[in-house]
Amino acid sequence: MFLGLYNYWIVVVLMMIGFYIVIAHGNLIKKLVGLTIFQTSVFIFYISMAKVNGGTAPIVGDGIEIYSNPLPHVLILTAIVVGIATTALGLALTVRIKEAYGSIEEEEIQKKDNSTC
Amino acid sequence: MAAPLCLLFRHSRAAWLFALIASGTALVISILLLQQVLATGLISYALGGWQAPWGIEYRIDTLNAFLLLIISSLSTVVLLAADTSISKEIPKEKHSLFYVLYLLSLTGMLGIVATGDAFNVFVFLEISSLSAYALIALGSDRRALWASYQYLIMGTIGATFILIGIGLMYQMTGTLNMHDLSNRLPEVAQTRTVFTAFAFVIVGVCLKLALFPLHLWLPNAYAYAPSIVTAFFAATATKVAIYLLIRFTYSVFGFSFSFTALPLQLLFVVLGVLGIFVASSAAIYQSNVKHLFAYSSIAQIGYMIVGFSISTVAGLTATLLHLFNHALMKGALFLALAAVMHRIGSVQLSALKGLGREMPLTMAAIVAGGLSLIGVPLTVGFVSKWYLVLALLENGWWPVAMLILLGSLLAIVYVWRIVEVAYFQPRVGPGELSKDSVREAPLAFLVPIWLLVIANVYFGIDTRLSVEVAQTASESLFGLSQ
Repeated sequence: MFLGLYNYWIVVVLMMIGFYIVIAHGNLIKKLVGLTIFQTSVFIFYISMAKVNGGTAPIVGDGIEIYSNPLPHVLILTAIVVGIATTALGLALTVRIKEAYGSIEEEEIQKKDNSTC
Repeated sequence: MAAPLCLLFRHSRAAWLFALIASGTALVISILLLQQVLATGLISYALGGWQAPWGIEYRIDTLNAFLLLIISSLSTVVLLAADTSISKEIPKEKHSLFYVLYLLSLTGMLGIVATGDAFNVFVFLEISSLSAYALIALGSDRRALWASYQYLIMGTIGATFILIGIGLMYQMTGTLNMHDLSNRLPEVAQTRTVFTAFAFVIVGVCLKLALFPLHLWLPNAYAYAPSIVTAFFAATATKVAIYLLIRFTYSVFGFSFSFTALPLQLLFVVLGVLGIFVASSAAIYQSNVKHLFAYSSIAQIGYMIVGFSISTVAGLTATLLHLFNHALMKGALFLALAAVMHRIGSVQLSALKGLGREMPLTMAAIVAGGLSLIGVPLTVGFVSKWYLVLALLENGWWPVAMLILLGSLLAIVYVWRIVEVAYFQPRVGPGELSKDSVREAPLAFLVPIWLLVIANVYFGIDTRLSVEVAQTASESLFGLSQ
């Protein structure tokens, strides 16, 4: 039971690691790293869901009868693109935050905001 | 749709005109769609010629058409004022890029509403939110960057949750088409996977929705974004999220599953009412008027959620009505604030002192919008609250109805604060805000603002169109789900 579904356990563990980093860390870059891990775990989830035991890549050929399901893989290609766009935008924002505040630590930024208010 | 083309226009005025035309076309199309849907019922369009459960299907029923109309009309009206407003708030060389992002965001929202494919929802959601993060980061204050970053983190978590939910649903049913899903899910409804999928989707949507405990990203994002962006998002973005919530709970998972399998009803009533009270009281203590109205948006979302959780035709009608009406009032209010920002460069409450005399038309619009928020008769706010309270009483939930009326009292307090400052205090601004520099807002602002205010009053008196559409939409949702 445990070993048979090991890919899902990996997904859950990765997901929780990523989520924890997003919540617990104050450094903006680390937050983004966590977010990426979180997203990647979902990608793995989709990919392993589509894998059929003993199936090959979904290309029609002689003597092959079991294929993996290609649809989730295609979906995940889209999702990966979205993930990259998000990370890029997040990093760009971090650069500008660094320029504007001179820091990428959440606490220091909040302190500076409070002092200007 | 038209966003990439917009890149070609380097000149900001040309880009503006183009964006306006694109948005206007979308408006005309959605009006025609609504008429056709009301006349003939469902329209479905198979993208790329692949038939529906396999290909991606665009599926328009009354609810979609209604939402499309709200989004495209508000975006057109807001765009009317955009040219003047961003001239001061965004550097010149970024203007054409601004319109690109704006159109992308609009495309995303229209796409979410129009599509009948669960994964496509996720893609469009990310299109609209990614451009939203960038738009918010364009704000002139450096806090805009921070607000945008927070929104990015929260928004991405929300979207990923939705993605997990969709994945689990696909795993159980092997389909992504919403209509197909709603047929196949009942067979497997009692498994734990479906429960998990449901929970992930609901939490994800609620993050986007800024439902009360998950609302933390919203006030800052609204307050520091360029004014025109705030007007656009306040009027449309949360509405799209509410649409998703309704679509997933009623159509995809089916009414009986959503409301009997889980204590969703109780949860949403409590959160909705709490949201109304916490957000309204927070609004009372804000010194930045944009913050104030942002909190009031969260409170208004609370009203919609309460209507949603009643889960009767009347309750859902009230929610949809409030969706429409809230888009009208918040659009008017934030546009008026954009005008204030344009003239005096600040939306701090203290900067508004005596502004009622300097900018009478703009401030009158704010008062009209505020009255509508409170729910004074003859404005749209009254109509939707009336329907909401009726729906609550019909179900015998009179304590909730009382609480909602109390919540409206809180709205009186925060709207009154603005009125008092603007009309009853003498104009004593700091040096640079000397008296002669403040004039009435330019016509580019006044026309769209008053269009919305007049719509506010018009739909407050003549409720036939909005009520009828909302009612058909909610009846069809219940027809689908039973």
